[in-house]
Amino acid sequence: MSLIHASAAQLLTQLESGEITSVELTKACLAQIDAADKQVGAFLKVMRDSALEQAESVDARRKKGEKLGRLAGVPVAIKDLLCTQGETTTCASKMLENFVPPYDATVIAKLKAADAVLIGKTNMDEFAMGGSTENSALGVTRNPWDLKCVPGGSSGGAAACLAASMAPLSIGTDTGGSIRQPASFCGVVGLKPTYGVVSRFGLIAFASSLDQIGPMARTAEDAAILLEAIAGYDPHDSTSANVKTPAYSQSVKQPLKGLRLGVVKEHFGEGLDSEVEQATREAIHVYKSLGATVSDVSLPHSKYGIAVYYIIAPSEASSNLARFDGAHYGHRTDEAAMLEQLAQERAALEAAGDEAGLAKLDTSLVRMYRQSRAEGFGPEVKRRIMLGTYTLSAGYYDAYYLKALKVRRLIRQDYDAAFKNVDLVIGPTAPTPSFAAGTKTDDPLSMYLGDLYTVTANLAGIGGISIPCGFSKSGLPIGLQLQGPPLAEERLLQAAHMFQTATDWHERRPELS
Amino acid sequence: MSESPYEIVIGLEVHVQLATQTKLFCRCSTQYGAPPNTQTCPVCLAMPGSLPVMNRTAFQLGMKTACALNLQIPNFTKWDRKNYYYPDLPKGYQISQYDLPMSQDGFLLITDPKQQFEPRKVRIIRAHLEEDAGKSMHDEAAGKADSRIDLNRTGTPLLEIVSEPDMRSPLEAKAYLTELKLILEYLGVSDCNMQEGSLRVDANVNLHLQTPEGKVATPIVEIKNMNSFRAVERAIAYEAQRQYEIWLETKQKIGDVPKQTRGWDDQAQITRGQRHKEESSDYRYFPEPDLAPVTTTDEEIAAVKAQLGELPRQIRDRLEEQYKIPAYDADVIVNQGQTTVNYYETLAKLSGDGKLASNWVQQEVLRVLKERSLEIDAFPISTERLAELVKAVAGKEIDGTRAKDVFAEMLDSGKSASEVMKEMGIEKVDDSELENLCRELLEANPKVLADLKEGTHKAVGALIGQAKKKNPNIDPGTFRQMCIDMSAKM
Ligand SMILES: [Zn+2]
Repeated sequence: MSLIHASAAQLLTQLESGEITSVELTKACLAQIDAADKQVGAFLKVMRDSALEQAESVDARRKKGEKLGRLAGVPVAIKDLLCTQGETTTCASKMLENFVPPYDATVIAKLKAADAVLIGKTNMDEFAMGGSTENSALGVTRNPWDLKCVPGGSSGGAAACLAASMAPLSIGTDTGGSIRQPASFCGVVGLKPTYGVVSRFGLIAFASSLDQIGPMARTAEDAAILLEAIAGYDPHDSTSANVKTPAYSQSVKQPLKGLRLGVVKEHFGEGLDSEVEQATREAIHVYKSLGATVSDVSLPHSKYGIAVYYIIAPSEASSNLARFDGAHYGHRTDEAAMLEQLAQERAALEAAGDEAGLAKLDTSLVRMYRQSRAEGFGPEVKRRIMLGTYTLSAGYYDAYYLKALKVRRLIRQDYDAAFKNVDLVIGPTAPTPSFAAGTKTDDPLSMYLGDLYTVTANLAGIGGISIPCGFSKSGLPIGLQLQGPPLAEERLLQAAHMFQTATDWHERRPELS
Repeated sequence: MSESPYEIVIGLEVHVQLATQTKLFCRCSTQYGAPPNTQTCPVCLAMPGSLPVMNRTAFQLGMKTACALNLQIPNFTKWDRKNYYYPDLPKGYQISQYDLPMSQDGFLLITDPKQQFEPRKVRIIRAHLEEDAGKSMHDEAAGKADSRIDLNRTGTPLLEIVSEPDMRSPLEAKAYLTELKLILEYLGVSDCNMQEGSLRVDANVNLHLQTPEGKVATPIVEIKNMNSFRAVERAIAYEAQRQYEIWLETKQKIGDVPKQTRGWDDQAQITRGQRHKEESSDYRYFPEPDLAPVTTTDEEIAAVKAQLGELPRQIRDRLEEQYKIPAYDADVIVNQGQTTVNYYETLAKLSGDGKLASNWVQQEVLRVLKERSLEIDAFPISTERLAELVKAVAGKEIDGTRAKDVFAEMLDSGKSASEVMKEMGIEKVDDSELENLCRELLEANPKVLADLKEGTHKAVGALIGQAKKKNPNIDPGTFRQMCIDMSAKM
């Protein structure tokens, strides 16, 4: 198998035995990026020089017999909303187009400590808002399986770079399905861990109580290796879980005896594509053939998931994004032009004797805020800021935000009840395979429905994984989702690995010209 | 109290900077006066991706204060975001506490030893923690209208203590603030330096008037920006009169107009209306998702209470009781702070005369400290040495006037009381010598003797001067009594 298609686990073995060097591997990935990324557009920035430097240094240290980190020499792609010291971190927004963080996110620091090679920053929906990576202000990403189609989102670049063999591992983030849905669309593995398992420090927040960083890879085993490297309690994140990190990479290959799977009734209703349903049902059969017992479970409040999510996430986002005001960093409007414009407006109002107009005229500070934000944010971000500002405002708080919090609790209780009888729940990741670019951009609601099966895990704070389980007739990947109780990442990864020992969907690669 | 056409109703909001080494949600220093933006990090600069982590010490100091103010501390408290735009608020929100503050329902007793007002129990609604904002500096010099922002202060831990509108005069407001500040200082939870903004006061003021239609309340005005207790007192007095005049003119009652915010102009000694915020004050509070709620056990609360130590009110009572000094004396000493109390107590014990020690501390020690702008711990005369002098006065070895001379010499020379007294030739005059002197002078002044015999005791005054000339060490009081007693037998 060529280097670029190999799994991280295989590559680590080859690197350790000296069969290959990190420089060779990194160069192979860079060559694939050169060859394919013009079409795919997975990367916003390729960190060519620093990646090669890092690879050389790992090779040199390995030669000297130094002890190296767990990911020594393996390239990892980073979703461009994890602060990376000295490298632009843009969130695919004009607002942060030139923002260079002075510090590393904890996950980045952990990857560096594991001697991973940071190969580049991947494209995404602006501030992680969206399900198709069409909301990026800085680039277009396409699905490597069909360049007319979207890679999913918001971690579209993170999924596409894996599918197109540009990197063996990548880091995504998932607020409502942003790891699992693109993993499903691109035919790769994506794990959203339990809230708190991976530190959020340095993750540019979209919705703080839902955001979680997770591993994306082509195999469950690789996802386990990557999760092991980035998980763990972080004193810089007070919501991080103070628990010992399991040895995911060790336990992933242990088959689960007597695995009890619960099929979520509510995931097989209206809106589910028949090909996706078919593939999911076949995947359930595979599990049965592997000895799992399957029963039905009900998550009665899951039907409110989208509604609750689109209240809570925009509410938090409206507050999290307030810091982008043009004052301290990020995009600021052209002040001279702005002041000139303001002076003209004032003069016109004065000439017209329009007292009311004058009283309403912005101060220069307010105009600076307004204009910087108007220019810096894209339409989807603005839409959610407006939505969140509305649902949090006095008079609406109780009806929307507070109500949503209550339903969020019920959703969690549904899961708690289900997990009394089953080890994991199983169902489709997304209601459909990928779709053609541009087909849903004018209909945000239909786009939001793509998160139907994934948002509830974020609302409940539990973990979920998407693994490839088939293809549509038109050749697009289909994802299978498993969700587990809090801190059941080991079980999720084991179950995913079990499936991958019995199937080969994850070994298929798109043909890129 | 003079008859006033109105009653002033005052509620105070006090922001106290807690005496932590580091900020509330990051490990940056809170040291005052550093060059702008040198005490900042990604967290307090609100860099994208940064997250707050609570400073446990700040919470502890908040608990300590809450216990001292008789506030209830719940077992569960959480953080909320208060969203608003301001250039020196880098996150676009302030982390504060909204519906579940860390403490509520307490009170503070205020009394006036001069008895200008009746003792009052001022109820405290809540005390909650929050982070401070930065500082905007508007540089309009040289025709420019630059604004600069210093974020050193951002994230400094504040405790906001909100009282019920239970105060009825500027004097009571001042007494409340004085007692509150004293408690904070005794607890060591804040340095209360008002110049450096460690203690900031907002006052809510309105009037209650008796009208033929019944009691009427005027609209509430919030006065901000007061940087001294004197300013608070004056601002409230000014505001009361202003509101009264407005009421006479407009008859506006509470509810007729929205609450107004005014600033105190210390130069002009007036309050000025502040521009209304453009947007309504809808802060869109919601629970802070980046911080875990704080849980506190009853044992932890009990432990904090146990470690509180003596509070000013308790010390006053004890000093009165233990050293037999009047309430006024105890108040003066306690109001000076713990170090002065310690100085006084040591002096009282060493000299064996609590009242005399109190007089010396109040009159001489505090005077010198004031004149020389010293703190008590820098006072040049140790308690041991001053006790020696106080003892000499108590034992009538030296009279009060001469003792003050000795005190002055001790201050300048650093010598002990006995050394100075020896140098000045001061020694106790023995009784037989005093008797001889008395007889000698009475015999030489028959007119005085005659007056004394007739009971005109003030006549002896003329002899004291002569006696002091002959022997400067005589105690005038003892000499006087002796002359009176002797004259009766002559
Ligand atoms: Zn800081």
